Amino acid sequence: MKKEQDIRHQDSICTNESQLKHQWYHHLKYLIVGILFGIVFVKAEVISWFRIQEMFRFQSFHMYGIIGNAVVTGMISVFIIKKFNIKTIYGEKISIAPKKFNKGQIYGGLIFGFGWAITGACPGPLFAQIGTGALAIVVTLISAIFGTWVYGYFREKLPH
Amino acid sequence: MLEIIKLPWPWYVAGPLIGLTVPALLILGNKSFGISSSLRHVCAACIPSDIKFFKYDWKKEMWNLFFVFGILLGGIIASRFLINPAEISVNPALKYELATYGITDYSNMVPVQLMNFAGLFTLKGFIIMVIGGFLVGFGTRYAGGCTSGHAIMGLSNLQWPSLIATICFMAGGFLMANVILPVILSL
Repeated sequence: MKKEQDIRHQDSICTNESQLKHQWYHHLKYLIVGILFGIVFVKAEVISWFRIQEMFRFQSFHMYGIIGNAVVTGMISVFIIKKFNIKTIYGEKISIAPKKFNKGQIYGGLIFGFGWAITGACPGPLFAQIGTGALAIVVTLISAIFGTWVYGYFREKLPH
Repeated sequence: MLEIIKLPWPWYVAGPLIGLTVPALLILGNKSFGISSSLRHVCAACIPSDIKFFKYDWKKEMWNLFFVFGILLGGIIASRFLINPAEISVNPALKYELATYGITDYSNMVPVQLMNFAGLFTLKGFIIMVIGGFLVGFGTRYAGGCTSGHAIMGLSNLQWPSLIATICFMAGGFLMANVILPVILSL
């Protein structure tokens, strides 16, 4: 049971949920963040298959600059939030679930790396690519959902 | 102003904007940035099939589905109103290499000559769209996150397991792009 909890925790789901009850429309703020995020994805060509190929061939600094800057910005933000004990807009304490190590991060990480280089997309860009009109990517997305399902089906048998 | 927005955004503008998603989601509702979880929520909502991994209250994670739907809408808005008419400029070495596989169309975010509905019925297209997608979905969940959950959110919170995951993402990508993908593209 402990392991089960760890694995759920690793996904950061249902572990630091809000105690507040909100109407559904409170979720619209996440829709807006998603829209802005999606626009940046397209405008910075992060969702371009070609940019990902350049990255994995060390032919361009673009993607490294983006990921590196995003990480540094995120680090500084998390540091400030913790340091000044910043609360959510509802006044709740902000807590971030720690990531626990298991071998899945190695095996799964390599498998995702293969998929990332083939499709030129991680899950986020798949959604944005479909938005830009690349409708065949719907097939890739469905396949990714199926891959997640197959992982869930075999999870107990896989080394973690 | 709109003229400037329409140009491709450089990394030093886009990187910090993407990074700001981390505090935005935390401050709006104590949500940890992560995208691949949405695939799990779709499974939990549509095809739980009595699998323990998918038996949880996905409605509590509804925010994540709103977020990814927003990314899709952002894609529509950017491509309709903010797009750069010129084709993407890539490293000439890549252009030269891809041309040997017959990839010459840079008009889209994805190589339309590879990724189209008719291509699904060829071995190459099937591997790239269907097998590739499967590896993304299977691998991210096995690893417990993707580029957003591990590389950005995890590293922002100084989590060493996320660093290991990120190194493995890159290692897998280098191997695929430089060694295996050229074979697939030659099919």
